[in-house]
Amino acid sequence: MRIVAKDLTYTYNPKSPFATQALKGADLVIEEGEFFGIIGHTGSGKSTFVQHLNALIRLTGGSLTVGDYDLSDKKCKFLELRSKVGMVFQYPEYQLFAETVEKDVMFGLKNFCKGMSEEEKQKAVREAIETVDLDYEDVKDRSPFELSGGQKRRAAIAGVIVTKPEVLILDEPAAGLDPLGKQEIMQLLHSIHGGWCKTVIIVSHDMDEIAENCTRAAVFSEGKVVMEGAPAEIFRRSDELIALGLDIPVTAKCARILKERGIEIDTDFTCDDFISKVLALYARSGGVSKADTGAARAEKADAQGGAGDAQ
Amino acid sequence: MLNDVTFGQYYPVKSFVHNMDARAKIVFMIAYIVAIFLAKNFFGLLAVTAFLIFVVLLSRVPFGRVLRSVKMILFLIIFTAILNLFFYSGESSYQPLVEWWIITITWESIVNMVFLALRLFLLVMGTSVLTLTTTPVALTDGIESLLTPLKWIKFPVHELALIMSIALRFIPTLMDETNRIVAAQKARGADFETGGLIKRAKAVVPILIPLLVSAFRRAEDLGDAMDARCYSGAKGRTKYKKLVFTWRDLLGLLFLGGLITGVVFLNIYLGGKFSILGYFL
Repeated sequence: MRIVAKDLTYTYNPKSPFATQALKGADLVIEEGEFFGIIGHTGSGKSTFVQHLNALIRLTGGSLTVGDYDLSDKKCKFLELRSKVGMVFQYPEYQLFAETVEKDVMFGLKNFCKGMSEEEKQKAVREAIETVDLDYEDVKDRSPFELSGGQKRRAAIAGVIVTKPEVLILDEPAAGLDPLGKQEIMQLLHSIHGGWCKTVIIVSHDMDEIAENCTRAAVFSEGKVVMEGAPAEIFRRSDELIALGLDIPVTAKCARILKERGIEIDTDFTCDDFISKVLALYARSGGVSKADTGAARAEKADAQGGAGDAQ
Repeated sequence: MLNDVTFGQYYPVKSFVHNMDARAKIVFMIAYIVAIFLAKNFFGLLAVTAFLIFVVLLSRVPFGRVLRSVKMILFLIIFTAILNLFFYSGESSYQPLVEWWIITITWESIVNMVFLALRLFLLVMGTSVLTLTTTPVALTDGIESLLTPLKWIKFPVHELALIMSIALRFIPTLMDETNRIVAAQKARGADFETGGLIKRAKAVVPILIPLLVSAFRRAEDLGDAMDARCYSGAKGRTKYKKLVFTWRDLLGLLFLGGLITGVVFLNIYLGGKFSILGYFL
C-alpha cells in the first residue's frame, strides 16, 4: 500500500495553554515495498505522524491516503485499515495483558477477523509466535509476564503481526535491548519484509540502525519533513543533521574524520560498504588488502574505536 | 479520549491569586465554603457569586476553564436538584403546584431546588479555582503546614503530605500511560466505543491490567530511587520552596472576612430563602 501524506497538520490540546502543534504541514510519500526509516528528535512530530497512518489519531488538517483508504473520508473503514497497517509502539511489552501468551497474541485476531474459525485462529497464532522466534509449545500457556524482557517484546510483536498487516510500523523497536537483541529484532523485520508484509516503517534514534537497514528515510524536524531520500543521501549531508541536533552513524563519523585529513570516501554508510571502500583505498595506497572477513571485522572495530575517541 | 480529565488541573498563568500563599488559599477556601453554607437567602449567595466572579477575573483563568470542572459533576447537581424538587416537603404557605402519587411540587420546593443547585455549583467552582491556581506541590505543602499541630499527637503529617503529592504527581503520568496503552490496543483492533455495558466493561480489561502492572513497576522504581537518595521521612528535612505569608494573603483574608460578615448581615436583615417568594407572589 502506497502512503501519501500532504500538508499534514495536528495540534494537541487545541485552544488551551497546553496547545502544542506537533505537525506543521508534513509531506511524505512512502512507496509499497520500502523499508522506511523515520528519524527525528523527541517532539519532532514523528510519532504523531505514524499514528496518523492507521487512524489512531484522526486527521484534522491536510490529506492522507494509505493504499485505497482515504483517511479524510469520514466513512473510511478504520478497523479494516488498522488490520492492514500494524503498529508496534515503543516498549510494546507494556501492552501485554492476557493470562497466556497465546490469548494475548490472539487478541488482535479476535478483534479483526470475527468470522475466522477457532482452528484457523490457532494456526495463525502459532505462525506468528514462530515468526518472532519463540518456541510455541513452550510459551503458549505461560503468562506473558513470566517471559524475559526480549521475549516479552517479541511476544508483543507477535500480537501485532498475527493479522499479517501489509504495512508494519515500529516505534523504536530496538530501544532498551542489548546489541544481540537489537540485531535479532532487525533480522526478524527483514525476514517478514517482502512477504505478506510489504512495507516496514521504523521510527528510530539509532542512525546506525537506519543506515544499515533502510532503503529510504525521512528526517522530521519541528513538525515538518526536512530531508528525504536514501540513507546514503541523507547521511552525506551529515553537517545538516548535526545542525539539527541529530546523531549520525559511526560510518559517517569516520568519513568525516577522514575527510578532515583530506581523504574522501564515496560510501553508502553501511558498515560493510564503508570497510570495503576503506580497504580498497588502503590497498591502492600500497598496503595489503585483507579480504577475509575476520580481518575486516577487526578493521571495523578499530574504525569504531577511532570514531569514539574523536567524539 | 482522556484529554478531558483536566478537572482542576493547574492553569499556568501569573496572577494575584496564583501568587498567594497556598496556606492562605486553603484557609480562604474553607472560609468560602463556610460563607456558602452560612448564606440563608439568595442575596447572600449573590454576594458569594459576585465574590467568586471577582476572584476568577483576578486569577486570569478563563471562565470556560473553571466551568469545565462543573461539567464533571453536572449529573450530581441535576440528580440532587430533581430529588429536591419532587420530595422536598417543607411547610408550604402556598397552594401545591403538582400533587401526584408521592410527588408534590410546591413553590417552596422549586426555590429549594434552585438554592441547592446554586450552592453546589458555587462550591465546585470555588474549589476548582483553588486547584487551578495552585500547583499540586504547593497545595500539599500548604496542607502539611496547616496540619502541623497534629504532629503533637504523633500523626504522620509529613508522610500523609508525601502520599498526597506522589498521588497527584502520578495522575498525568498514568494518564499518558493510559493513552499509550489505549492507542496500542486500538491498533490491535480493540473497540472501546461501541457495544453494550458488559461488552464495554470487558473492553477495559486490556487497558487496566497493563496499567496496573506499570503502576506497580513505577511504585517500585520510585521506592528504590527514594532509598537510593537516603530518604528517611520528615526528620531534618528542609523545603526547597518555602511558603511565605505576604500582604496579598492578608488582603485576601480581610476581604473574605468582609464577605462572611456581609453574608451574616444579609441573613439577619433579608430573611430566609423563601422570603424571595414574597416579592413575586
